[in-house]
This record gives sequence, structure tokens and C-alpha cells, in this order.
Amino acid sequence: MSQQVKNSITLRGSAQIVCEYLKFAINSVLFQRGLYPPETFKAEQQYGITLLLSEDAQIKNFLTNLLTQSEEWIVNKKVSKLSLIIVNVANKEVLECWDFNVQYEDGDAELSKEMKETVGSKDLKKIQQEIRDVMLQVAATISYLPFLDCRCSFDVLVHAKTNCDIPEKWAEAEPVAIANAQNVQLKTFSTSLHKMETVVSYKLVD
Amino acid sequence: MAQFNYLNELNTLATIDGPLTRGPLQRWVKKSNNENINPSSNSSKNMSNINVSACSQSMQKLSVSGNISCNNSLLSINKTPTRNENKKGKKTPSKNKSPGRSTTPTPNKLAKTPNKADRFIPSRSNSNFDLCHYMLNREEEDEIVAQTVTGEALGRALADTEPGRLLQYTCKAPAAPEGYQNRLRVVYSQAKVPSTVKNTTRYIPQAPDRILDAPEIVDDYYLNLIDWSASNILAVALNNTVYLWNASTGQIEQLLTLEGSETVCSVAWVQGASSHLAVGTSSAVVELWDCEKIKRLRIMDGHTGRVSSLSWNLYVVSSGARDGNIVHHDVRERQHAVATVNAHTHEVCSLKWSPDGKYIASGGNDNLLNIWPAAQGQHYSQPQYIHQFSQHLAAVKGLAWCPWSAGILASGGGTADRTIRIWNVNTGANLNTVDTKSQVCSIVWSTHYKELVSAHGYAQNQLVLWKYPMLSRVAELCGHEARVLHLALSPDGTTVLSASADETLRLWKCFMLDPSKKKEPTDSKAAKSLLNMNSIIR
Repeated sequence: MSQQVKNSITLRGSAQIVCEYLKFAINSVLFQRGLYPPETFKAEQQYGITLLLSEDAQIKNFLTNLLTQSEEWIVNKKVSKLSLIIVNVANKEVLECWDFNVQYEDGDAELSKEMKETVGSKDLKKIQQEIRDVMLQVAATISYLPFLDCRCSFDVLVHAKTNCDIPEKWAEAEPVAIANAQNVQLKTFSTSLHKMETVVSYKLVD
Repeated sequence: MAQFNYLNELNTLATIDGPLTRGPLQRWVKKSNNENINPSSNSSKNMSNINVSACSQSMQKLSVSGNISCNNSLLSINKTPTRNENKKGKKTPSKNKSPGRSTTPTPNKLAKTPNKADRFIPSRSNSNFDLCHYMLNREEEDEIVAQTVTGEALGRALADTEPGRLLQYTCKAPAAPEGYQNRLRVVYSQAKVPSTVKNTTRYIPQAPDRILDAPEIVDDYYLNLIDWSASNILAVALNNTVYLWNASTGQIEQLLTLEGSETVCSVAWVQGASSHLAVGTSSAVVELWDCEKIKRLRIMDGHTGRVSSLSWNLYVVSSGARDGNIVHHDVRERQHAVATVNAHTHEVCSLKWSPDGKYIASGGNDNLLNIWPAAQGQHYSQPQYIHQFSQHLAAVKGLAWCPWSAGILASGGGTADRTIRIWNVNTGANLNTVDTKSQVCSIVWSTHYKELVSAHGYAQNQLVLWKYPMLSRVAELCGHEARVLHLALSPDGTTVLSASADETLRLWKCFMLDPSKKKEPTDSKAAKSLLNMNSIIR
């Protein structure tokens, strides 16, 4: 009982943290890169900073469906990467790609044995601080990313394992490539069960 | 040829069961040599064509057969195949054929020393053929190892993508509405943003009154490199040096130069007409200088990162640094660090005590603006903030307290934010917000008018005058060629000085008083301070 003081993160909880991060990260990209009119976003306090979430019903719906399914997959370790791609509506060219790499970690072995399930023991505050640092970096990217001077849409591709079933309303996608791409790796954060790596690739224009 | 010698030697050394090529000839060889002298003598020409140095023995052995015409082919079949194959492949056919077709006899290969140049390789001596050849051949042996290594890497690379199924959700999110234009254009383009400049009755000169050179000013958004004292002395930090510019006489004095690669990161004058200047440096210390005597009074440590912001409250100087901490130094005491506040997770890029000394506001690179109350009966702050404003979406650099209304604070955010916000720290309310469409580097309130002026970066590098409290634009002052990093207000309140990354300081007389309304007391006070200054500086 005395051990209960140590905080623990279950696999499910960790997947939730990851998906929450994805929600805010994707929304931040949509806002910061100016994909949608800023008035369609609403400010929200998260991780001790202000982040903006889209109010557009269709976008909200898309993200909710995507992330609930992704959470399921992350719990079952079926997903290795999610790619947010920004596409020029006119010619379908991929202009930018945000890769969110999910790595699975072992967590706290001792505690896991005790609890009889895989758990982590990382402090939630510490995790949130790490996420905040990533979010600040995401916001700062606009200082070097090229201006998206066209109507754009976005899509999210899920890199799943082969043994992963395709649920209803999901389909296989073609891999994308950016011509003359430049990659920038942002900070990573870890929940001690999942490690999240964020990489942005963009088309280098000279 | 020399390049093969090395390899041959190596090969022969390595193959223990091969024919001996070193040491005294074996008996049977000697015997056969003797026997063969006669038969081979008639074809000595042929013999001479063959590289004797390395394989003389094998050739001699071959000659036992007496069939000298097929010397080479036999060599290649019977003896140490690798060596001869090399020879066959690499050596020009001229050796065998040239005698036959020698209408233009090619130069004898043997005569050619490896050091001589030919048409194809100008200088053989420079290329280490021995080594190159060895390396080339050795590669074959390593190939298996290399293959497994590359195979592994390839496997790993494939494993990343290969077992993957790329999935997408078929109900797509909509594209941006038709006709929508990315608002970020203002951040990226030089195009002039139409602004609603409100006409005022006052005349505001559009050109700077004076332009001063500021060579080597550090182009860093997070620093605070200028301050204008109540006694009309402007302190400017240029790279590792602090200069004092006497605004009334125009004289310039060099206060200090830091050694090595250290740079000055912030300067701040003590309140009142005293001549003490606090200097924050990249070596994480705050230096206190007496500018009258040009003498350093003390060095105060307490930080682990560069000191990028400073603010005075009577005898306490508060310093904010890259480590995110604020340290309050009581300059009178030996143990100067009276309080350390863990204020931000990133660099503290602006720090301002309110004029009444009740609050200190700190802006950080973590996009936060914190308000700290002064400790009971003290001139340093409590370790717990009373307000934390997280509405800015970028580093909070511009910070200024309203001089006429207690508890009103203006703050401005960086490139990702571009807004100026007005706060009432007594209630914690955000009174007003305006999107400036450009990075806000600095804010200063006017003391004569209900206005404030902000300094901006890309695209226009301008100063904007705002009417308080509506925050409508009064005027825009353009002229700087790079972002305007810092602002300072003259002690008489009429002139704003802007320091820009284009290495100039410009003086704008944008708050000039109407001559008819000119207040006597301010004028005389300013005059008095000028007189004081002359005596002090000289």
C-alpha cells in the first residue's frame, strides 16, 4: 500500500496523453501555418500555455475520429508513425509533412510487476513540461518554414503494422514524398511508455 | 608495375603452400634453369617482355616445357592465377601484341618507370598505387562483412516502412474556404499592410531627428541593450562594450569593455539622477558601475545563464537570465542575493518594476507573462506570482508599465504572436488586445500623451504610435532597415530613441509638447539635470 504513493501511468493513460498531444499539435500546426482563417480557432489553456483549437465542426469531427482510432492502435502497439501532410488544393502537391513517430518503451519494470500490467512512473508534471517545450517549438517554426501561399488542405496518414485491421471508413493510402525536402527534428517527449518524436519536413524553395 | 610488387610480395608471404619465390632457389629449379638456358636463349626477346622481377622463377620453371611462345598463357593457367590474371587484365596488350603490329612501336613498358608521367596519369608518383591496389583488392575480402552491415541497415530502413500499412481516414477534413488567403502573409511579405492611421491634431515628424551609428549592436531579440537615465545619459551596449552618450552635449564615453568573447546582454540605470549603471553580461553576472568615476563597484553572481534583463527598485536590482530565474540583488549588502525566484522555464527576456514598486512583471521565452508582488515591506518580490498570463503565443519581450495609471501594463509578443495586450494587474483583466501584424520588440509609454509606442520587426521595421486606451494607430514611423530591437524614452519625455539591427540609433521627436502648453516645472527640471550631467561627465 505504501507503494501507491508512487504515481503510475497505465498504457491506456499514456496513449491518451499521446493522443491529446497529437490533437493540440495538429491544431497548432493548422493555426500557426495559417491553413484556416484564425477566427475559426478558439484559445484554450493547456500545458500551462495558450493553444488554439479549431472550431470548425468538420475538422473537429475528423480529428476526433482519427485520434480515437489512433489511441486504440497505440494501446495495441499497431502504430509506428502518424504523418500530418499539408497539400496544395490546386495541384495536390505535398508541401509539408509533420511526422509524429511513436516509439514504445518499457516503463517502470518493478512497478509493472507489482501492478501486473505495464505501467510507467514518470511524473505527469514532467511530461507536460516536455510537451510544452515541443509545443513552443512548433509555434516557433513559422520563423523558418516557407510561406504557404495557396489554398491548402491537410490529411493525416497512419503508419500501422501489417497485421492491423482496416476499420470501416478507413483505406490504404499511397506514401507521399516531398521534392527537395528539408527536415527539422523538434524536441521529443516521453511518457516512459511512449516516446514521441516530432519531425517537420518542408519543401526547400530557393 | 610497382604497385603489383607489393601485392605479390604480400600474397607470396601469405600463401605458405605456394611456390617459393624468395631465398635461394631450390635444387630442382636450379637444375632446370641450367637445362633451359640453351633452349630459351633463342627467344630471349620474348622473355624480356615479361616482368621478370616478380615472377622470374615461375617463368623459368615454365620454360622447362620448352614452349616459350605460349609462355604467358601457360603462366596464367598453371601458376598463381590471381597474380597473372591481374597482369593480364591490367597490363596493356601491347606487351604481347606490340611486337607483332609494331608499325609504331609502343614504348617498352619495362623501361617506363612508375614515376614517369604518361598521357593519362600525369604524375604517378603522387598516387600511391601500391596502397590503392591493395585497398581495391582487399575490398573483396571485406565485402561479406560490408554486405551484412548494409543489409542490416537496409533491413532496418525497410522495417520502418515495410511492415507498415499506410492508412487514412476517408472522411477528410475540408480545405480552407474558397478565397481564403493565408493571413501569415504579413509575416512573410514586404507588402504594406493597410492600416487605419488616425489623424491627430498634433504634428508628428515622420523622419528621425538624428541618426547615430551603433556598430556591432547584437541582433538578438532577447536582450535589453539601451537605457536612458534620468540625468539624460544614454547607455548603449555594443557587442562587448558599453558606451555612454550624453544626450545634451553629444559627448561619447566608453564605460567598459568585457574581455574575451563575453558580450553585454543588458544595461539598466538606477532610478533617479544617480549615475549607477547595472550591466548584465553573457558570463551570467551583474556588474555595478559608477559612471561618474568610470569605476566598477561590484560584481554580483547568482545566475547560470546570460543576464538578459534588468530592472531597478530603489536599491534592489532584479536580474532575469537565460536560466529562467530572477535574482533580486540588494546592492548595499555583502550577501547581495536577497531572493531568487524560479520564474520561467526559458529565458527571462524582459523585466520591469512598476513605477510604484508594488509589482514586478517578467516576460519569458516560454510565452508567459508573470506578475510578482513585492514582498511585505521589502523591495524585492515574493517567490509566488499573483498573475500568470499565458495569452501570448510567442516570447513576451515588450513590457511597459503605464506611468499615469497604477497597475496598467502593456505587453507585446514575438513573431508567432504579434499582439500588444493591455493588462490591469490589480484585477488580472486583459483590457485590450491589438494585432500589430509584426513582431513586437519593445514598448514605451509616453509621459505627455495618452499614447504608447511600439517597435516592430519584419516586414516594415517601423515604430507605431498607439492611442490609449482604444489602441488605434496614431502614426507610423518608418526608416529603419532592420528590426527595431529596443526603445528608450528621453527623461524629458519628448523623444523616443530606437535601436535597430541595422546598426543605427534613431531619435524620433514624436512626443513634442505644444509650445503654448509647455509645462514650466518639467522644463526647469530637465535643464537642471543637464547642468548636473555636464559637471558629472566631464
